Amino acid sequence: MGALLNQRFLTLAVLAVVIAVLPFVFPSSYYFRVASLVWVSALAAIGLNILMGQAGQVSLGHAAFFGIGAYAVAIGPTHLGIPPWAALLIGAALSAVLAYLVGRPILRLKGHYLAIATLGLGVLVALVISTESGWTGGPDGMPVERLTLFGWRVSGSYTWYWVTGALLLVGTWIALNLDETPTGRAFRALHDSEVAAQVVGVDVARFKLQAFVIAAVYASIAGSALAFMNGFINPDQAGFLHSVELVTIVVLGGLGSVVGSIVGAVVLVTLPQALTMFHEYEHLLLGLIIVVSMIFMRNGIVPSLSGLFLRRARS
Amino acid sequence: MKSKATFKTLLVASVMALGVSQVALAQDTVKIGSVLSVTGPSSFLGEPEDKTLRLYVDKINAAGGVNGKKLELVIYDDGGDANKARTFATRLVEDDEVIAMVGGTTTGSTMAMIPVFEDAKVPFISLAGAIEVIDPVRKFVFKTPHTDKMACEKIFEDLKKRNLTKIGLVSGTDGFGASMRAQCVKVAPTYGMQIIADENYGPRDSDMTAQLTKIKNTAGVQAVVNPGFGQGPAIVTRNYAQLGMNNIPFYQSHGVASKSFIDLAGAAAEGVRLPAAALLVGDKLPESDPQKKVVTEYKQAYESATKQPVSTFGGHAYDGLFILVEAMKRANSTESQKIRDEIEKTKGFVGTGGIVNMSATDHLGLDLSAFRMLEIKGGDWNLVASGS
Repeated sequence: MGALLNQRFLTLAVLAVVIAVLPFVFPSSYYFRVASLVWVSALAAIGLNILMGQAGQVSLGHAAFFGIGAYAVAIGPTHLGIPPWAALLIGAALSAVLAYLVGRPILRLKGHYLAIATLGLGVLVALVISTESGWTGGPDGMPVERLTLFGWRVSGSYTWYWVTGALLLVGTWIALNLDETPTGRAFRALHDSEVAAQVVGVDVARFKLQAFVIAAVYASIAGSALAFMNGFINPDQAGFLHSVELVTIVVLGGLGSVVGSIVGAVVLVTLPQALTMFHEYEHLLLGLIIVVSMIFMRNGIVPSLSGLFLRRARS
Repeated sequence: MKSKATFKTLLVASVMALGVSQVALAQDTVKIGSVLSVTGPSSFLGEPEDKTLRLYVDKINAAGGVNGKKLELVIYDDGGDANKARTFATRLVEDDEVIAMVGGTTTGSTMAMIPVFEDAKVPFISLAGAIEVIDPVRKFVFKTPHTDKMACEKIFEDLKKRNLTKIGLVSGTDGFGASMRAQCVKVAPTYGMQIIADENYGPRDSDMTAQLTKIKNTAGVQAVVNPGFGQGPAIVTRNYAQLGMNNIPFYQSHGVASKSFIDLAGAAAEGVRLPAAALLVGDKLPESDPQKKVVTEYKQAYESATKQPVSTFGGHAYDGLFILVEAMKRANSTESQKIRDEIEKTKGFVGTGGIVNMSATDHLGLDLSAFRMLEIKGGDWNLVASGS
């Protein structure tokens, strides 16, 4: 237990140091912007990883919750006069309630059927957002009021670097701890075999639903953060392609690995920026890198590499 | 020991020389930025914009540049993703340190990028359609394409001439269609138009017969307007003919102003009217037309360089680039603030989209004369003579 605690602490400490040191090597605020995007994507991916990697369920509509969080902070202050920070909490609560209500029936499904059901949820939410233009500004999106906390106006790439970094630290800490609680162990049991889990007394339906709700709240908060950071939001963020991007981050980084989700986000967010010099071949190279890394690191980047180091260390 | 010191001195000297030469190089070029949707669902807009900018920046540099300085063009592809566009905008401002930007293919990406350029006080000439870009006026944001509001007004003006006042709308739910529909509904009363049927279709729908049947069965519809973009309007046009509705005048928007619309809609497009820029009918313009020279030259240059038919979207990029270049010449400076002031003073600029007269309250500078009313006859665009 002590060793485990240390390992968790170590992961968190390394992440905190990385977040604290990076600003010293960043030459301009553009880098802060990219890093903030990495932290936001990583936060959403860590949540999704609790559902996919720990509890072994799949969601192809996860951007729906991201979108709900984002539009909550856009619509709340603009149309309803709710303070921005409260809108963030309301968005998270809405996502949790929706995940709970929708999760109850659809989490009875397995494999491809569950994938299709979550896909349907994602498409529905994206459709509502782009059609209800009176509230959401339609397909062109809508502006988001700046976040103010106790009279402090949160804006600018530097500020958001620290805010999103802090959110990521908290998200990582919760996910790492969850892994070692009875709930986390129940999730793992589900992942390995639902039948076996049921036999040893795990309430399968309840824990699946819990994982789904937790993942939805993570995505919602990440969505709110992005909306505040950009000061603008459009339906793409709730769309199918964004759902696929989140799943890709989780799988590329490593299913079930919290650090993996962060690494996956680093790769998927920074690569397109780094590849712009190749101009027309950008998308080709991005696809190639993902395919090659999935062929040679089948369990995802972090689990594969750490496995390799452990084997090296032993031999 | 001594040789080492010599080596060190040499190294320092060469590094310094390198630094100096870079400074010299930087003084001879100015950077212009652009974020375009070259790939993705809006690539049919972004691609001609990208080709136009590259083509003309090369031409300008070959002719000696602007104020003796060569232009360096930095283009990023946002793939139609507004969030990516926002990141690239930050990159242009912070990392590439561009003095101005001509880009922003879609309204969504433009709206996402506006705060970056406003904060950095860098002029931004947008290539997006919707009126939100310049209304309310933002200090550093300009645009070249006609607004959807103007398209509605041009159509209503034509309807008024024909004494048609009761109209049906069938609009796409994509950004372009939804925004234009809203503008049409807003300006309809000013022209005495009554919208008595109002239907929608999704951007990827493949049959709009149901919506059109409903309009057909609405008593008293004298004309139908289709605010839409991409393939949708071509399908609507085909369905329109299939339902035998050709006796009701049918209007498309400037969103379909490319040859591929006529190809897709085929014979069904006969008799359809739409407002469009002079570029589409360059060869049919009378010699006296002030835009004749600009549009025929652009068409020729673009088509000979790319071997592709010219589109109005590339024309918007041409206008944006030259409004900027002329402002830079007048300002005789590379300071963003001075260039912004000169862009705002643009008067009588003859572009592919019309004659631009900007002011502190109008960052578009086009009036309704920029639009020509066209009718499709014999598979080609034809100017509608005024008064018919």
